[in-house]
Amino acid sequence: MTFCLSANESEALFLSLSVAVRSVLLSLPFAIVLAWVLTRRQFVGRTILDALVHLPLVLPPVVVGYLLLLLFGTRGPIGSWLQRGLGVELIFTRNGAALATAVMSFPLMVRAMRISLENVDRGLEDAARTLGAGAFDRFMSITLPLMLPGVLAGAITAFSAALGEFGAVITFVSNIPGETRTLPLALYAALQTPGGDYAAARLAVISIILGFGGLLLSEWFARRVRRWLGR
Amino acid sequence: MLQVAVKKRLGALSLDAKFELPTPGVVALFGRSGCGKSTLINVISGLLDADSGRVALDDAVLLDTAQRLDVPPERRRIGYVFQEARLFPHFDVAGNLRYAEKRAGSPRFVGFDLVVELLDLKPLMHRRAHQLSGGERQRVAIGRALLSQPRMLLLDEPLASLDASRREEVLPYLEIMRDQLAIPMVYVSHNFEEVLRLATYLVLMEAGRTTAQGVIGEMSLNPGVRAIIGADAVGAIVDGTVLGTDPASGLTRVGVGGGELKVQSTAAVGAKLRVQLLARDLIVATQAPQQLSVRNILTGFVTGVTADEGDADLIAIDIGGTLIMARVTRAATQELKLTAGLPVWALVKAVSLRSHVTRVPR
Repeated sequence: MTFCLSANESEALFLSLSVAVRSVLLSLPFAIVLAWVLTRRQFVGRTILDALVHLPLVLPPVVVGYLLLLLFGTRGPIGSWLQRGLGVELIFTRNGAALATAVMSFPLMVRAMRISLENVDRGLEDAARTLGAGAFDRFMSITLPLMLPGVLAGAITAFSAALGEFGAVITFVSNIPGETRTLPLALYAALQTPGGDYAAARLAVISIILGFGGLLLSEWFARRVRRWLGR
Repeated sequence: MLQVAVKKRLGALSLDAKFELPTPGVVALFGRSGCGKSTLINVISGLLDADSGRVALDDAVLLDTAQRLDVPPERRRIGYVFQEARLFPHFDVAGNLRYAEKRAGSPRFVGFDLVVELLDLKPLMHRRAHQLSGGERQRVAIGRALLSQPRMLLLDEPLASLDASRREEVLPYLEIMRDQLAIPMVYVSHNFEEVLRLATYLVLMEAGRTTAQGVIGEMSLNPGVRAIIGADAVGAIVDGTVLGTDPASGLTRVGVGGGELKVQSTAAVGAKLRVQLLARDLIVATQAPQQLSVRNILTGFVTGVTADEGDADLIAIDIGGTLIMARVTRAATQELKLTAGLPVWALVKAVSLRSHVTRVPR
């Protein structure tokens, strides 16, 4: 028996991938900056900022979705500004789903990067400094390449988490086929449908294959990067 | 001229350093481990903030806390060779060198090809730091520092992490830097052997303070230096010029002070040679010696007698304006009635003399 994807299944799969890619691209630059700020800078309110970044990890996803609705909804302070100013629609769209997954996976991403950044030898940055490299130059030419294993690990972890995010997505952008119905949401919908057991099982298998492939890929990437850095 | 006068408290260390170095030249910061040598050069480089003080190199003031002037390290144009080389692991050797070249200031006094040639880096160009030996790593680090076109080079015990045989892979290159590029260097070390080969000036550091400084010949007789290197390593260091070969013995004749030394060396005529006359190897006579196998007999007069460790005395002897030192037993001092002003002959075997070439003739 061959495992052919139905139209609905492939739609959910590609939507999941599309949302996860957008989510990672959206959060990556912010995560790098925050990881650097939290690791390297001493300032008042650092602990508060740290806790704020980690909040989605400990809050029920429904709460995060609800807060997003308040902030980014059509009448929310940011949402209304985005809609009127830039024409960006978030509610009931895949961009909204990407935002919800980005917020949920953000702490995982920042965490992975911080561990990597803490292992970067500051002595190398000092050496670059004596060779004439200014602060931004040093970050781009030394710090960022050396923390790349963490950036990659963070991106892959966040990507996997984004594929599986359920609560925040369904609360913020609902469960609309073809627009916000990602794999876990499709699986949930299948379970709600009488006689949908078989469809649910198939979606579960797709999720497992996707997750497993992601893990293997990340391991392969990590090894490549380590070799490139000569470790 | 490098002028340094800085204060800095760091943990238990209270740094209070002051020295001047005519440029170009090699100044050795010499002292025991933990006396603040590395802290001092970190302040000179700007990587460490001073509490107060001033650092100036020729006409450029790099730090003056009274004027609230503090040039950041990336604009000081001071090359720094760290003890652990600190090569960038994500670049190969060529990448490390280009990194410095790309960010170099002007005027440029040394080109990429010349650095590669002087330091023999060609066979290493496409290797990564982890594929290099400790000595090779330091050579690359020196090359990288040079390519940033620095006005001065700081070297923080660049040979400390290498074993004795590996040191020989780096030391000759440092001598080449000194002789061919004439770049001012501050060399941190607690190894007197290295200092002897490289330095023109010596600044002695003890517990965070610079306690003495001067040209290396004078400083080799300093009691503080003596206390660190130990009685057996004490001796005068005299700089001389190779005059030629002695036809009878085949030894190299070196003109020093008012006299001449014969040493075993392969240095060419005109080369500057630094000869170490260990105090324990010198023999003192109060009459002109005859019929001896000793090749070196220097005439002079005693300038002072100081008590050394155990029952020995250190006899300072002026040989035509150059001071040397002999270590004799106290009994000998008394028997020969060695006192200041007494004319003496100092004897030393050619085979016990160690010499280093300090400048190759152009």
